[in-house]
Amino acid sequence: MALFLEFSLIGLASGGIYVLAALSFVIVYKATNIFNFATGEMMMLGTYFFYLFDTQLGLGWIVGLGMGLTSAALLAIVIERVMLRPLIGRPHIVLVMVTFGVGSILRGFAGLIWGPNVRQLPETLPRKPIFLGDILVPGKLAWGFVTAGVIAALFMIYYKFSRAGTAIRATSTDQITAESLGINIRAVFLLAWALAGLLTAASGIITASVNGVTPQLGLVALNVLAVVMLAGMTSIGGVIIAGLFVGWMETIVGAYLGAAWQSFIPYLVVLVVMIVKPYGLFGEQRVERI
Amino acid sequence: MTAPSQSLPAAASGTKPLDPRIETISWILLVLVMISVPVWGSIYAVYMACLISINVIATVGLNITVGYAGLLSIGHSAFLGVGAYASALMWLHLGTPLAVNLVIGAVAAFAIGLVFGIPALRIKGVYLAIATLAAQYSLYFVFQQWTSVTGGDRGLSLPKIDVFGFGDTGFYYVVAFVALIATLAARNLFRTRIGRSFIAVREKDYAAQVLGINVVSTKLIAFGIGAAYAGIAGALLAAFLRIVNPDQFTLVSSVFFLAAVVVGGRGSILGSILGALFMTLMPEFLREIIALVSIEGADLASLLSPLREIIFGSLIVLFLIFEPRGLVGFVDRALGRSENVEARQEH
Amino acid sequence: MTSDILVVSGVDVTFGGIRALSDVSLSVPERKITAVIGPNGAGKTTLFNVISGFYKANSGSVTFAGTDLLSQPAHTRSANGISRTFQNIALFPGMTVAENIKLGAHAQLRTSLFAAGLYLGPAAKEERELEERMDKTVIELLGLQDNRDSSVSGLPYGTQKRIELARALISGPRLLMLDEPFAGLPTTEKATMAAQIRKVVDERGVTVLLIDHDMESIMGMSDQVVVLNFGEVIAAGAPADVQANPAVIEAYLGAEA
Repeated sequence: MALFLEFSLIGLASGGIYVLAALSFVIVYKATNIFNFATGEMMMLGTYFFYLFDTQLGLGWIVGLGMGLTSAALLAIVIERVMLRPLIGRPHIVLVMVTFGVGSILRGFAGLIWGPNVRQLPETLPRKPIFLGDILVPGKLAWGFVTAGVIAALFMIYYKFSRAGTAIRATSTDQITAESLGINIRAVFLLAWALAGLLTAASGIITASVNGVTPQLGLVALNVLAVVMLAGMTSIGGVIIAGLFVGWMETIVGAYLGAAWQSFIPYLVVLVVMIVKPYGLFGEQRVERI
Repeated sequence: MTAPSQSLPAAASGTKPLDPRIETISWILLVLVMISVPVWGSIYAVYMACLISINVIATVGLNITVGYAGLLSIGHSAFLGVGAYASALMWLHLGTPLAVNLVIGAVAAFAIGLVFGIPALRIKGVYLAIATLAAQYSLYFVFQQWTSVTGGDRGLSLPKIDVFGFGDTGFYYVVAFVALIATLAARNLFRTRIGRSFIAVREKDYAAQVLGINVVSTKLIAFGIGAAYAGIAGALLAAFLRIVNPDQFTLVSSVFFLAAVVVGGRGSILGSILGALFMTLMPEFLREIIALVSIEGADLASLLSPLREIIFGSLIVLFLIFEPRGLVGFVDRALGRSENVEARQEH
Repeated sequence: MTSDILVVSGVDVTFGGIRALSDVSLSVPERKITAVIGPNGAGKTTLFNVISGFYKANSGSVTFAGTDLLSQPAHTRSANGISRTFQNIALFPGMTVAENIKLGAHAQLRTSLFAAGLYLGPAAKEERELEERMDKTVIELLGLQDNRDSSVSGLPYGTQKRIELARALISGPRLLMLDEPFAGLPTTEKATMAAQIRKVVDERGVTVLLIDHDMESIMGMSDQVVVLNFGEVIAAGAPADVQANPAVIEAYLGAEA
C-alpha cells in the first residue's frame, strides 16, 4: 500500500508537467482555433534555450531562465507572425499541417545545433528526497511539481483577472463579436502564442531537470495530447485534473505492468476518449450551424 | 478576420479537366520513360527509379486521404511499416510469392488503419491527426518491442528476390508496373462516384449528406485506401531493401510523405508523382551538396538527418503559404492553364 | 384530392434553451408547390434542417410517403426520394459543373471501389449512362449547356443556383426542397426560375416545398402557403387566404420594411 501511494505521488508529480504543456496547447486552441502539433517541439526548444544561456554561455540559472523563457516566447511569436498569420482564413487542415511542419523544423534545428545526445541541465532543483511519513518522493520531482503548480496558478490568475486574459476569453467565445467590441484580435493571437511559448518552455525545463534534454523531448507531445483530449480541448480547469490523472495512470501502469505498457497509456486514453466521450470530460460541444 | 468569404489565392484539385488526348499522351510518355530506365540508366538510376516508384505509391495513397478527402493523416509511414512487416513475415514463414505479399501488405495496413481510423473519423475535426500520430508512436513501439515476431531493432532480413531470372531489372519492372497500376487506379477512382464523394466530403460535408453520401463511411474508405496504398508501398520496400526494421518507419518518414503531397499538389495525381519524385531526389542532392561543402571531420550522417527534418518541414510550410497548389500549380502556369485565381477554391 | 406526401407533426426544436420550432405541424400535398414563409428567424431553415436530418427534433414526427424520417440518418434522404438546395448555395467549388450535378445521383449509382479503380466495363458504362441522363434531363432544362465542363467557382450567382437545382433534380426526386430559390436573383431570372420549378412539378410530378421571402413569386406560383412566426405555424392555406389573414399581416408589419 505504501508502495502504491509512493507510485501515485510520483505519478501525480509527473502529471504536473503535462498540465503546463497542455495549458499552452489549450490557450492557443482557444484563442486562435489552431491545433498546435508543435507543442512538444516548443517544449524541447525552450529547454535548449535555457541550456544555452545557463550552461553553454555560463550566465547562471537566473539569467538563463529569464533569457530562455524570453527566447521561447519570441520563438512562439515568430511562429505565429511569420508562418500562421499569412494563413488566416485558409482551411483548418492547412494551419494544422503548418504546425506539424514547424514541429519538424524545430526538431531539425535542435538536432543540428545540439546533436542527438542527452544534455544535462544544471542542478537547480534540490535533489534531497522528500518524506511524507513513510513515503519517499524524489526531490527534483517534488520541487518540479511545486514549481509547475505555482506557474499553473499564476497563469490561471492572469487568465481570469487580467485585461489580456479577458480579451483571450472573449475571443475564444466569439471572434467576430470580440473584434466588434474593439478587441485587437491580432494582438490576442500573438499574446496567446507568447504565453504558450512560456508555458511550454517552463514545462520542458522542469521535465529536463530530471532526465536531461534531447531533440526527442518533444515526443511527450502525445501524452500532452492525451491530456488535452481527456480534458476536452478547451477546458483550462479540466486540463489540471486530466494532466494529473494521465501522469498518475502512466506511472502506476509502468510500475505494475512494466515500462512497455506505459507507452501505450497515452494512446489508450486517446482511444477511450474518442469512443466514449469525444468532447472530453469538461469540453464544450460546439453546435454547428448550417 | 477569419471571414469565410475571403477569396483565396489557392486550389489544388484538378478542376479544369485536362484535354483527354494530352492526358493519354502523358501516360504513354510516362510508361515509355519507365520502361526505358534500365536501358539508358545506370544501376544507381534503376535503384532510384525503384525507390521513386515505391514513394509514388505511398504518396498517391496519402494524397487520396489528405488531398482529396481532406483528412489529415500524420502517421503515414506507420502503415508502410505494417505492410512491410506483414509481407516480410508472410514471405519468411509461409514462402508466399510477392503478389500475395503485396495483397497481404495492403489488407493488413487497411485493417490496422481502420483500427485507428474508426474511433477518430466518427467525430469531426482533427481527431484523425491525433489518432494517426498515436499510430505512429504505438506501431513503432510494437515493431521495436515485439522482438519474437519483428526481430526488434535488428528487424527482419529477407532473401533476394529474382523475378523471371532478370534480377534487379526484373524487380524494377515489377515495382514500376505496380506503381503504374496503383496510380491509374487512383486516377480512375476520381472519374466515378467514389472519388467524387471524397471531394464532396472534403468541401461541404452537410451538402454531401443531402446527396446521399454517408460521410463517416466515405471518410473511412478514403483513409483506408490511403493506408492500403501505404501497405503496398511498404511491402515493395521490404522486398526492395531486403530488410525491415523499425527505424524505416519513424515520424520523419511520415513528414516526408506529407511534404511529398504538399509539394506535389494536394488533390492531384500528377502532383503525387511530382511530389514523390522531388522528395526522393532531394535528399540525394542534399547528400551531394553536403559532401561538397563538408568540412574535414564533420560527421555527414549526423548532419544529414536533422537537415532533412528542417527541409521537409520548411517545404510543407513554404508551399502551403506561397504555392498551395504545389508543383502542379507551376505546371499549370507553364501550360498556360492557370485560371483566374479566385475561380479556384482551396480545401 | 391529392394525398399528402410529407407530414410534419408536432415538431419541437430547442437550441440551448431557445425554442426554434414549437409544435410545428404541416402537410405537403403531392405534386403541388408548398411555400413556407415568415420573417427572418421564424424557423424556416431550421424546419428544413430537421426534415433533412441535420437537427434533432425534441419531439414530434416527420413522415415521408408513409416512412418515418426522423429515425433515419441524413444521408438516407436522397435514396428515399428527397433532395434539397441551400440558402447559400452548397456547390463544391473544387469540381466542374458536370461533376457537381453527377453527385446528385450518387445514391443511385452502384460502382464499387474495385470497379472504380479498374474503370472498365460496368463502371465506365455507368458513368456514360449518367452523363447521357444528365444531358437529357437537367442540363437542357436549366440551360447549362455552355457551362457543363467549366469549374463551378467563378460562375455567376444565378447560374450557380441553377446548377444546384440541376443537382437536386438529377436523382428524379419525389420531394424537392428549395431554400430561398429566388434570393439574390434579378427579376428576369426570378421569372425563369419560377417557370422552371413549375415545369418540374407539372411535367415530372415532383412535389416542391420551398422557403422564400419573395412574396410576389411565392404568391404567384404556390398551391399552398404556410406561415411561420417565432417558430410557430400561424397560418396555412391557399395564397389568397393567407394573404388576407390578420395574424399574417401583423407578423409582417414592420418586419418587411
